[in-house]
Amino acid sequence: MKDWPLYEVFIRSRSGLNHKHVGSLHAADPQMAIEHARDVYTRRMEGVSIWVVESSRLHASDPTENDAFFEPSQDKIYRHPTFYDLPDEVKHM
Amino acid sequence: MPAQLFEERIEGEEKIEPRDWMPEEYRRTLIRQISQHAHSEIVGMLPEGNWVTRAPSLKRKAILLAKIQDEAGHGLYLYAACETLGVSREDLLSELHSGKAKYSSIFNYPALSWADMGAIGWLVDGAAIMNQIPLCRTSYGPYARAMVRICKEESFHQRQGYEIMLTLSRGTEVQKQMAQDALNRWWWPSLMMFGPGDADSVHSLQNLRWKIKRFSNDELRQRFVDMTVPQAELLGLNIPDPLLRWNPDRNHYDFGPIDWDEFWNVVRGNGPCNRERLHDRVNAHEEGAWVRDAAIAHAIKQRNRQAPVAS
Ligand SMILES: [Fe+2]
Ligand SMILES: [Fe+2]
Repeated sequence: MKDWPLYEVFIRSRSGLNHKHVGSLHAADPQMAIEHARDVYTRRMEGVSIWVVESSRLHASDPTENDAFFEPSQDKIYRHPTFYDLPDEVKHM
Repeated sequence: MPAQLFEERIEGEEKIEPRDWMPEEYRRTLIRQISQHAHSEIVGMLPEGNWVTRAPSLKRKAILLAKIQDEAGHGLYLYAACETLGVSREDLLSELHSGKAKYSSIFNYPALSWADMGAIGWLVDGAAIMNQIPLCRTSYGPYARAMVRICKEESFHQRQGYEIMLTLSRGTEVQKQMAQDALNRWWWPSLMMFGPGDADSVHSLQNLRWKIKRFSNDELRQRFVDMTVPQAELLGLNIPDPLLRWNPDRNHYDFGPIDWDEFWNVVRGNGPCNRERLHDRVNAHEEGAWVRDAAIAHAIKQRNRQAPVAS
């Protein structure tokens, strides 16, 4: 382990919101990754919670397979509320 | 087929992400541009670091430290964006340290007086912002996101610099002279920051087509001049260009010719501080080696001592 491994950084900007990916950084261990993330990504109160994960532990979908992979969601328009035609008299729906 | 899809996505203002197909030349161009940009942020700390211990007050010292820390962060965001293209941090750094990689020439000029901290913030960060705002819409996602973050932090840099200039120019005659002298020395190098004129810029056209760049060097330079002249007037300082005047036909300021021989001379390594900057950078890296090694040794020891705890 000559180089410090790469970590992905996720920050919750306010309580009630999701952690969001903000970038990455190198660190010797998780504790240092969290401290570095604090120093570079939250200098102006941008966060109340930090997650870090080693980039090599992250698994992702393959962008070249996007068409086939996301196809099941494309032909099911009945999943959207606008699919259903209801008379105007129906309120609160 | 992937090439056509790529062109369509660029055309449609869609961002390109790290694992998407991209032409090799697009990748190479991005690596060159983003790494040069990262190096500039890092080397850019050196002229300012020089003044931390000599800032005129505790307030100015704290501000200068905060600005320098931001620049280190900018370097980090950009190195990280560059690494998503498949280059390692170590390779990027060794290209800088061997002198092979370029960084912005402006940082090869010396910061001679406290007023230079004002002029650098006002002009150098000002020119950088002019360059960087359109890059928030650059076509490569990680680069664009880094630029958004950077631009948010930059505006305090320019304002604190201008405030230093304002304070000096409203001070004693000697202080005002100091501010004028700094403006005299930083004006032309700041105009050079936008790079060679469009006619002589090798990479410009393809970069504009791929939406890596969004405006040409000359366009951005003109905007910078138009924005800065009234700010200098407000300070009561003179821009060192006898040919500078408002042109009502163009609706822009005309300005005198830039000394491109000086620019290329500095790019080639013969500016007043090229050697010193590179030496200081390499030194900092080498003298920090034991810290990096110790951190790794500590991490290994910790890992052997305890099983990971889920949280
Ligand atoms: Fe910066
Ligand atoms: Fe800056």
